Amino acid sequence: MSEVAIVGIGMHAFGRHDGISGMDQGVTAVRRALGDADLTWEDMQFAFGGSVSAGAADLMVSKLGLTGLPFINVANGCATGGSALFSAWNSIKSGMFDLGIAVGFDKHERGAFRPSTAESGEWYGQSGLALTTQFFGMKINRYMHEFGITRSTLVRVAEKAYRNGAMNPMAWRREPLSADQIESSAMLSYPLTKYMFCSPGEGGVAVVLASAERVRKMGGRPVFLKASAVRSRRFGSFEVTAPHLPIERSDGPTVDASRISFQMAGIGPEDVDLAQLQDTESGAEVMHMAENGLCQNGEQEQIIARGETEIGGRLPINTDGGCLANGEPIGASGLRQVYENVLQLRGDAGSRQVPGNPRVAYTHVYGAPGISGVTILSR
Amino acid sequence: MQKQVAVEDGLFSWTAEGVRLIGGRCIDCSNHIFPHQPGCPKCGSAEVVKVELGAEGELWTWTIQGYPPKAPPYIGEIGERDFEAFGVGYVELPEEVRVEARLTENDPSRLRIGMPMKLVLVPLTINNLGEEVMTFAFAPKGSDNE
Repeated sequence: MSEVAIVGIGMHAFGRHDGISGMDQGVTAVRRALGDADLTWEDMQFAFGGSVSAGAADLMVSKLGLTGLPFINVANGCATGGSALFSAWNSIKSGMFDLGIAVGFDKHERGAFRPSTAESGEWYGQSGLALTTQFFGMKINRYMHEFGITRSTLVRVAEKAYRNGAMNPMAWRREPLSADQIESSAMLSYPLTKYMFCSPGEGGVAVVLASAERVRKMGGRPVFLKASAVRSRRFGSFEVTAPHLPIERSDGPTVDASRISFQMAGIGPEDVDLAQLQDTESGAEVMHMAENGLCQNGEQEQIIARGETEIGGRLPINTDGGCLANGEPIGASGLRQVYENVLQLRGDAGSRQVPGNPRVAYTHVYGAPGISGVTILSR
Repeated sequence: MQKQVAVEDGLFSWTAEGVRLIGGRCIDCSNHIFPHQPGCPKCGSAEVVKVELGAEGELWTWTIQGYPPKAPPYIGEIGERDFEAFGVGYVELPEEVRVEARLTENDPSRLRIGMPMKLVLVPLTINNLGEEVMTFAFAPKGSDNE
């Protein structure tokens, strides 16, 4: 089976963009990715794309050109972008195509995500349950109880996010915040304050992929996609918007997606030079460090206090500011992580460049209804 | 006294003996779920019968809903003046299931993982028939709300 490389990346800045549709932010991302790859829309043999709240991705052909390509819409909750990438990767690996694109974009209403309780019954949302923020508060509260993580660690994670975001021209929040500002902001869902949470937002990202054979002819600076996996929840995992949980517990989809990705790539967590992890709130980054195999449960307290997850540290995490500084346009969020890792592996990340010539970079996205997507990239 | 109605029929039973949640038990693997649904998430069996779940358990984890949820779907108070933060948690009903519910307590200093809890009903709103719409919640055992 062919190796698959990322040969072009494009992004529309994240944030709030009045008057620009989510779809148009996706179109901008596609044009920029094509420009980065020195290719045209006519060169694309296939496309996978999606958004959660901004329409069917395949409609963008009317602005990019009606070339007749197969354009498959992806609707997979918070793993929509990751699933588009996974599908594009498979399409090239299978040998069916050797050049294509994955795109994700979104534009959400302001404020917290409005619960959708069609599956669980109307009573669930009517009763004031079903909010994603409640899940994150309850998951980290239990985790702190079990593994001795403290509030100061949650504050440190958020501080790092805004500090890194300040160095990212594509980020939404580019002002560093002090520990005091973070800790004293409104308590949204105990123990998490306003600035420990990301906000739903807008943006778009596109990634052009090619087979290794094609890359040899094209030249350029390919980054290889060594692994791509998407996993849904198994019985016993603790997931967002669940009216009940079984008493027996199992690993969540992140653990499963991470394990299979390391197997595919033929490397271990010790080989990872930098990682972008789902940080819906600061506790999520802490818990996802362990769920992705990058440390043991409870070790985060010391690792973070020592600054090991900072850009100059042993294992930099969320170098672009993560969801906390970029916000979360769901369809684009997983691809933003890939965009950042390609920049870092190329050495093009500017003032937030991870030193030491990183070779292996990891991404992890998580969300409703209990789904995770992981990629491993290497030069 | 004002007439009270359940936020949804079939979610809980409500008799002189007290309130009980109506869950499901799988005939094939004995797994418990809440609310009842025709299908077991553990083994995939379609044979899930309705059962009344235990009314007491231990607090497994919790948070405080500190801002008004979006309405719809929420039907409780969301006004700046009238919204009051409320607790949310999972309560472990022994040998059955952990159930997500509102808590009657909203003070973090009075909630701790492992504390004993008891099922109660709490009002959400008054509907257009003038009836009080009730949902289930858990109260710390021994509290005034029990």
